[in-house]
Amino acid sequence: MAGPSALVLFGVTGDLARKKLLPAIYDLANRGLLPPGFGIVGFARRDWAAEHFTQLVSDAVHEHARTEFREDVWKQLQEGIRFVPGDLGDNDAFAQLKATLTDLDERQGTGGNHAFYLSVPPKAFDVAVAQLRRHGLADRPKGSWRRVVIEKPFGHDLASARQLEKKLSRAFEPSSIFRIDHYLGKETVQNLLAFRFANTMFEPIWNRNYIDHVQITMAEDIGIAGRAGYYDGIGAARDVIQNHLLQLLALTAMEEPASFDANQLSMEKRKVLAAARAPADLDAHSARGQYSGGWAGGVEVPGYLEEQGIPGDSRTDTYAAIRVDIDNRRWAGVPFYLRTGKRLPRRVTEVALNLRPAPHLPFDGTAVRSLGTNALVLRIQPDEGITLRFGAKVPATPMELRDVNMDFGYGTSFAETSPEAYERLLLDVLLGSEPLFPQAAEVELSWQILDPVLDRWAEKGAPPESYPSGSWGPQSASDMLARDGFSWRRP
Amino acid sequence: MIVKLSTTNAAEVQQAIANARHHVGASSGLVFTLVVVAELAEYDRAMEACMEAGREHPSRILLLTNGRARADRMDAEVQAGEGAPGEIIALKFHGVLQKHRESVVLPLLLPDLPVIVWWPGRSPKAPGLDPIGRMGTRRITDAMGDPNPIGALEVRARNYCPGDTDLTWTRITRWRGLLAAALDAYPMEVSRVGVSAAPENAAGTLLAAWLADRLDVPVTVDRDKPGVGITGVVLGSVDDEIRVTRTDGNLATFSAPGLPQRLVALPRRDLNTLLAEELRRLDDDPIYAEAMAALVRRLDKAADRGRGRPA
Repeated sequence: MAGPSALVLFGVTGDLARKKLLPAIYDLANRGLLPPGFGIVGFARRDWAAEHFTQLVSDAVHEHARTEFREDVWKQLQEGIRFVPGDLGDNDAFAQLKATLTDLDERQGTGGNHAFYLSVPPKAFDVAVAQLRRHGLADRPKGSWRRVVIEKPFGHDLASARQLEKKLSRAFEPSSIFRIDHYLGKETVQNLLAFRFANTMFEPIWNRNYIDHVQITMAEDIGIAGRAGYYDGIGAARDVIQNHLLQLLALTAMEEPASFDANQLSMEKRKVLAAARAPADLDAHSARGQYSGGWAGGVEVPGYLEEQGIPGDSRTDTYAAIRVDIDNRRWAGVPFYLRTGKRLPRRVTEVALNLRPAPHLPFDGTAVRSLGTNALVLRIQPDEGITLRFGAKVPATPMELRDVNMDFGYGTSFAETSPEAYERLLLDVLLGSEPLFPQAAEVELSWQILDPVLDRWAEKGAPPESYPSGSWGPQSASDMLARDGFSWRRP
Repeated sequence: MIVKLSTTNAAEVQQAIANARHHVGASSGLVFTLVVVAELAEYDRAMEACMEAGREHPSRILLLTNGRARADRMDAEVQAGEGAPGEIIALKFHGVLQKHRESVVLPLLLPDLPVIVWWPGRSPKAPGLDPIGRMGTRRITDAMGDPNPIGALEVRARNYCPGDTDLTWTRITRWRGLLAAALDAYPMEVSRVGVSAAPENAAGTLLAAWLADRLDVPVTVDRDKPGVGITGVVLGSVDDEIRVTRTDGNLATFSAPGLPQRLVALPRRDLNTLLAEELRRLDDDPIYAEAMAALVRRLDKAADRGRGRPA
C-alpha cells in the first residue's frame, strides 16, 4: 500500500487523464492499495467548480475503470478530490494550488508528500517545472517527498533531451523524476524478464549462435485521432521507436542484471543501449512512410494530410522502420529490425526472435517446402502470450513437414485480468519504486541511436513514402528487409 | 458460442473473436487461415465444407459473401467452439463495402500462418491477381462449381500462377495414382491414349492434358460414352493395353496385359473430402503447373487447327 500522499494532475481534462489515469487511481483504491490519506488535485484551464471536477472523475471512473464500481471506495476517494482552475503561467493559480495542498495535508492527512503528474504538451514542461519551483512546490520539507512524473516525448533529439533533463534536475532530484513509458508497466513486458531469467531452456539459444534476426513491431490500426497538435512534426520514430521499441530491444537483448533493483536493471539496459547503433548504411536500412486515404478494416479513412489540423505539405512520418545492430559478443551479426506505424491492419505489439535455419535437413526437397524456420514470439498486446513455432509432420502424408505453433496465452493460463499498465506505474510513483521507469541515461542513449537516422532523413529532405491506410506499410520497408534476405512477419 | 455483429468493422470482429476464444478456452494450435469467397446461394454448402475442413485442419475460416441490403455495411457472425476446433467467421458485405472486402480480411488473418483462399463456385479470371487471392499462399478454385466447367478450367490454365490449384486436379488424384502404378507394374511403350468422360466433365480434360504431358503421345477425349465423371482411360501400345473403365462413378474395372479383369474402388469424392485433402499441402504443386501448361498447349493447337493452320 502506498503511504499518505497527494497526486496533482496537470492537464486533467486530456484523454490520458480521463481514460487511463483517473480510472487507474480508482482501481488502485478498489484493490486497497491507496491509503486513507490520499488526495487528487486536478489542475486545468477551466472555470469549474469543485463539484464539476468531482463529476468528471466520477464519469471517468464509471466509464473506464477496470474493476467494478463500489460506493464505499468512491466515498473514500471523493473526500480527497480538489480542483484548481488556472493557466500554467498564472501565479495566482499556483499560489492557490499550494494552499490547496497545505489544506489537503491538514484535513486529509496526505503527509506533505506530493507527486506532480505533468500530462501536458512537451512545450509546456518548462513553464510547469519553473512554476513548481518558483512557488516552492518542489521543495521538500524534512520527512516528506516531492516527485514529478513526465510522459514522452523526452525531447525531440539528444540535445533537447539533455536540456529538458537539466531543467528538471534543477527542481527535482534524479531519483524523484519518473519518466513514464507505459509499455514497461505492462505485465507481458515484465514477464519478458521472468521468461528470460527464471527459465533454463531459453538462455542457451538467446544469442547469435541460434538467433538469426529479431523483429520488434508496434502497429496501431488507428490514425492520429485528434492528436494532430502533438503528433505533427514529431512522427512515428520519435513517438515510438525512441522510447517503447528501444526499451523493448534493451529488455530483450540485455544481460542478466544482478538484481531487479532500479540501478542494476538500468545498468544492464544502458550497457546494451550503448552497444547498439544505427546501421552503417542509413538509406538502405531505414524506411519512413505516411498513410494515405483508403479503406482500412472495412472503414473509409482519410489520409494523414487530410486529417484535421495537419498542414497539407507535412513531412511527418506515420510509419518508421530501422535496423539496429548491437556490437557485443552476444549479438554481433544479428540485426534487430524495429518498426512502428499508424493505420496498419491491426493493433499489435510483439517481439519476434527468428532462429537460424537447421544446418542440414535430411528430407527431400518437396517435403520441406512449406517449412519455415523456428521462431519465438513474445506477444505484448493484445492477446498477451508467447508462441513457439517449429516444424512437424503433416498426418496422412508420407513425409510432409509444416510449421505449427505452440502457444502460451496469458488470459488462459492466468484467469485473473491483468492490471492496467498505469495502475502499476502510478502505484510505483507513490511508492517511490523506480525499476520500471527509464532513467535519464537510457533516454539519452536511445536518442544517440535514433539521431543519425533522423538527421539523415532531414538531410535528404524527401517526403515520406506514402502507404495505403490498412496496409502493412511502405514498399521501402519491405525492400529494407529483402536486402538482408528477410521479410517482415505478418504479426 | 456464436456472436452476431451488424454494421461492424474489422476491429470489432477481432474483439469478438478474442472474447469468444477467452469464453470457450482458447483455440490455440490453429494451422492456417482459410478465406472462402462464396456466393449467397452456395453459403450452406460452403459452410458445411468449412466445418468439415476445420475438423481435419484446425483453422480460422473467413467465409465471405455479398449480401443484398441497400446500405453500405458489413455484418459478421463469429463462431468458436461450435463442433469444430477452430473459428468460423462469416462476413457479409453490402453496398460499397463489397469493393473493399480485402481491407477487412487483412486484419483478420492469423499471424504468420499460411493463408488459403478458396472459391467454391465462380472464381475470378486470374485468382493470383485478385485483391483477396493475392493474400493467399494457396488459391483453390473449383471448375466444377462453375456453370461451364471446361471453359472455367481453360481460363484457369491460361491464368495459372504458382500457388493455384483447381479441385479438378484433386478429383483426378486417384486416377493418376492408379494409372502411374499400372505403368510401373506393366511397363509398355504407350503409343496411344484415350480418355472418356461425361460432356461437361473438366476432370477428363485435365487428365487428358496430364497424360499427354507425361507420356508425350496423342491423347483423345471421347465425350459420347454413357456414365458420370470420367468413365474410362485406355493406355495402349502397338499390341497391348491397360484399360480402366468406370461407368457408375464408383467402382471401376481394371485390366492389364495377361491378367484377369479386376475391380477397383474409384469413388467420386465429395467436396468436403477433396478440400480437406487439398489442404494437406501448402506449397505450390509443380506437377499441376506442368499439366495446366500442357492443357494450354493442347488448346492452342486445337485453335490453330480450327483456323485451318497446320497443327
